[in-house]
Amino acid sequence: MGKIIAGIGTSHVPSIGLVYDQGRTQEPDWKPLFDAYIPVKNWLKEIKPDVAIVVYNDHGADFFFNKYPTFAVGAADVYPVGDEGWGRRPLPDFPGDTDFSWHLCNELVYNEFDITICQEMAVEHGFMVPMHLCWDHDPDWPVKVVPVAVNVIQHPLPTALRCWKLGQAIRKAVESYPKDTKVVILGTGGMSHQLNGARFGYLNSDFDRDFLDRIETDPMALTELTHQQIMEDAGAEAVELIMWLTMRGALDGNPVRQVHRNYYAPMTTGMGLIALEQSI
Amino acid sequence: MAKQVDSSRPIEDTNIFGAQQTRRGYRLNKFAMSLVKPENREAFRADEEAALAASDLTEEEKQLIRDRDWRAILEDHGGNIYMIMKIGAVVGAGLYQIGAHQRGETYEEFLATRNAAGAR
Repeated sequence: MGKIIAGIGTSHVPSIGLVYDQGRTQEPDWKPLFDAYIPVKNWLKEIKPDVAIVVYNDHGADFFFNKYPTFAVGAADVYPVGDEGWGRRPLPDFPGDTDFSWHLCNELVYNEFDITICQEMAVEHGFMVPMHLCWDHDPDWPVKVVPVAVNVIQHPLPTALRCWKLGQAIRKAVESYPKDTKVVILGTGGMSHQLNGARFGYLNSDFDRDFLDRIETDPMALTELTHQQIMEDAGAEAVELIMWLTMRGALDGNPVRQVHRNYYAPMTTGMGLIALEQSI
Repeated sequence: MAKQVDSSRPIEDTNIFGAQQTRRGYRLNKFAMSLVKPENREAFRADEEAALAASDLTEEEKQLIRDRDWRAILEDHGGNIYMIMKIGAVVGAGLYQIGAHQRGETYEEFLATRNAAGAR
């Protein structure tokens, strides 16, 4: 049977990818960010998930506003590294588990999540930065992936509660998968940041730390946040945080144990990390 | 039900990218999105005027790109930051330069406001 064994909430700031590619991870202002993921990498080597479901948003790599899906799920053998306008990053393509993906898609649709099913899907920083923060690729990725893209950039966005319910539906789907499969789910994006308008660079570390507390201990309170409240308190682009609720919704049903947590806000984005293990 | 986006509570110095913006900015954002193809970036670098002429941008929109007027593109013309960054990448303006321009600051002034500006 399929089983959700863990969840990770993490920021996916694109500059992390650039610095990673340039080998600058140990520079003084970057070290606190990269070193925070070492315990997570080690923990993932111990618990060895078979599949990583990565909830992220496409920032204009494979989706555009001609047709921008609210929820899209990958169902491919391989997910190529996309080009967001900076050229292809030197990372291996990502292996999919197509049978698992189609099971997930079937169950989600029949549980009334009308997702877009993607047999071709190029992935980008929202997906890739969390992957290389959490796993080494030597030379290939040690885990199969399912990209789940959420519209958090063109309003109207799905509500926080809807994202939570998507997580619950993902859990149900995973648990009905007949093959023994250990699944970790990543909710990515945020934390506080704003990239448009004269409020560019707005950060709210108090909001972010409170969110990190609540995502672990009181996630239902977060499902009540409106986009307006998140944007007012944490910046317009902080609405990405609703994707963490999909991760947390997928852990709903059993207690969670915090494995690791970090927060660092050096430039324009609160970079948060929380790793939660599911008590089974 | 609480409003997800409440127009009676505008957020200062903030553009919420919704229907009005995405409709208004469609041509600009589409042009920016075309730059995910290396050959289009190459064509733009080689001859910016020819690339603009081949687009469906209005004359006003072309001028905004010629002027690198990020603030106007994003605040008044429906530019989406994630798309417009792709134009910036081709002409040598990174996210933080675009951000400084939106704030009405020099790049150096903006960096001085950060907690650890080496993290860029």
